[in-house]
Amino acid sequence: MTTIEKTGAEPSARVEDADGGPLLEVRDLHVEFHTRDGVAKAVNGVNYSVSAGETLAVLGESGSGKSVTAQAIMGILDMPPGKIPQGEILFRGEDMLTMAPEERRKIRGRRIAMIFQDALSALNPVLSVGYQLGEMFRVHQGLSKKDAKAKAIELMERVRIPAAKERVGDYPHQFSGGMRQRIMIAMALALEPDLIIADEPTTALDVTVQAQVMDLLAELQREYNMGLILITHDLGVVADVADKIAVMYAGRIVETAPVHELYKRPAHPYTKGLLDSIPRLDHKGQELYAIKGLPPNLLKIPTGCAFNPRCPKAQDICTTEVPALAAVAEQDGTELPGRGSACHFWKETIHG
Amino acid sequence: MGRYVARRLLQMIPVFIGTTLLIFLMVYSLPGDPVKALFGQRASDPATVERLRHQFGLDKPLLTQYWDYITGLFRGDFGQSFTGRPVADLMADAFPVTIRLALLAFGIEIVIGVTLGVVTGLMRGKFLDRFVLVFTLIVTSIPVFVIGFVTVFLFGLKWKVITPTVQDSMDIAQLFAPAMVLGALSLAYVSRLTRTTVVENLRADYMRTALAKGLPRRRIIGVHLMRNSLIPVVTFLGTDLGTLMGGAIVTEGIFNIQGVGNTLFRAIQTSEGPTVVGIVTVLVLVYLVSSLVVDLLYAVLDPRIRYA
Repeated sequence: MTTIEKTGAEPSARVEDADGGPLLEVRDLHVEFHTRDGVAKAVNGVNYSVSAGETLAVLGESGSGKSVTAQAIMGILDMPPGKIPQGEILFRGEDMLTMAPEERRKIRGRRIAMIFQDALSALNPVLSVGYQLGEMFRVHQGLSKKDAKAKAIELMERVRIPAAKERVGDYPHQFSGGMRQRIMIAMALALEPDLIIADEPTTALDVTVQAQVMDLLAELQREYNMGLILITHDLGVVADVADKIAVMYAGRIVETAPVHELYKRPAHPYTKGLLDSIPRLDHKGQELYAIKGLPPNLLKIPTGCAFNPRCPKAQDICTTEVPALAAVAEQDGTELPGRGSACHFWKETIHG
Repeated sequence: MGRYVARRLLQMIPVFIGTTLLIFLMVYSLPGDPVKALFGQRASDPATVERLRHQFGLDKPLLTQYWDYITGLFRGDFGQSFTGRPVADLMADAFPVTIRLALLAFGIEIVIGVTLGVVTGLMRGKFLDRFVLVFTLIVTSIPVFVIGFVTVFLFGLKWKVITPTVQDSMDIAQLFAPAMVLGALSLAYVSRLTRTTVVENLRADYMRTALAKGLPRRRIIGVHLMRNSLIPVVTFLGTDLGTLMGGAIVTEGIFNIQGVGNTLFRAIQTSEGPTVVGIVTVLVLVYLVSSLVVDLLYAVLDPRIRYA
């Protein structure tokens, strides 16, 4: 029989790794999709890391590769047409891409869990939420149907769904949008994973519910000391909960920074554009700023810096040379920890 | 739910009256005099004809005849065939045979059809998928009597693996080949329908969630995919059972099975009104009940559907 840790009111804080290394480290990850029209390069050399208790926000518009990176980490990419030609995904120092499928499956859900965007379609419509939650315990811990149901009720109470006992047999369509997203969170949380990837967890919700769901997520993350990767295109959501930000464009990280620094002094023209396009009360009546042009076609990414056709500061060098993610420093040369920008002119952007 | 079932059962009454009346009128408007047909080649004696007409109630107005028939039905009396046998007796002989045949065909259709559908759906674009696609296309485009005669010719006469005609209509082993022929068309439909819904549901978001939960593949396919994919298939299967029961005329004819189809066919040829109406009435009931069961099953399989 499997012994199950009691989920008490105070879960024990997760013990840090002895070597203090990050929980998850993505190294030079490439993902491409082989389609009829050619090879779409969705992710082109992404590096990032998350430690326990840390929140990394991955920011970017649709098609920037942020979700694909997450799916590659989870191992739920459709392969084919997807392919990972290069890169490593280290979880507690072990490369998940070279693991046996069965080993990988055991990590999914138990050690790394994912919260999806649209809970209505992400939950199975013909199975009760109690069944779907309980499944985690039945499959990973071998619990009986009855025990799994009790655990499911406990989880629903944990994410503050009212009348959990009565609602455990209800189906996803019988819940409101906010409650459904709470069920998704509960499902990801079920086995107290080390890392949660939340793929635009609040996009489908209205603003007041968004705030509630984000607060809940942040609170649970603190409590269990989990790592969190928050994928979003909502700059407002990020500011409150994230520790650090990675901005993605055309499958690359163009800027990384601790959260407040990024808002104060962006070091990449794309980030600057994103921040400028947030509607502001003190600019009422003025025209809203928008980044010109469209995101690049992933089948034909522009040469040089992928952002160059849309960049207001583009020079000749931008169309020929791909800028590396360079460390960002103050004017006097002191390096800013955790900051990087993939722009040939980051100095001008941040200090200009 | 209870109210829904009650309403559906009440709705059956007008449908039942309408169909029986229609069949009744159609049978009696057929050309030829059934009583005179009883004499065959011999000259008919007008007095005897008159006596027989009276005995079968054929001298009364058509609507009176219908009324007598319906009231008889409620007493459990299906009337008499012109040969003097009670229609209920005829049906008691024929229905067990047809039910066996239909259930056998139904079983073959479910087991092979759903299996092929699921396998090809999971192996979309592979060789087996293309092969089954072509195979089902051939089956659906060939009329059932061609399939029947070819089966009899090849398996029965040439290779002698089956008896070309069924000797004992109650013998399951002998009914196997006819059941294959009878179920072939539906089998093709079922496998295509299953394939389509499997392919569709494989792309669904909740399948990705199931994968992300770290469930074993067996469980992802067996529970998450199948529960969703089988909903439309069950609907089709339910209505198809009714069709199989009544639609075996051709197959029963080819294999000489003494079932409902054959009995019905002979009754139509000899203008035996009571037999035709009796059999069709039972078939209508089977159809109505099976479609009600399908609708109820639908709500069981898909919780989003609620009947009030």
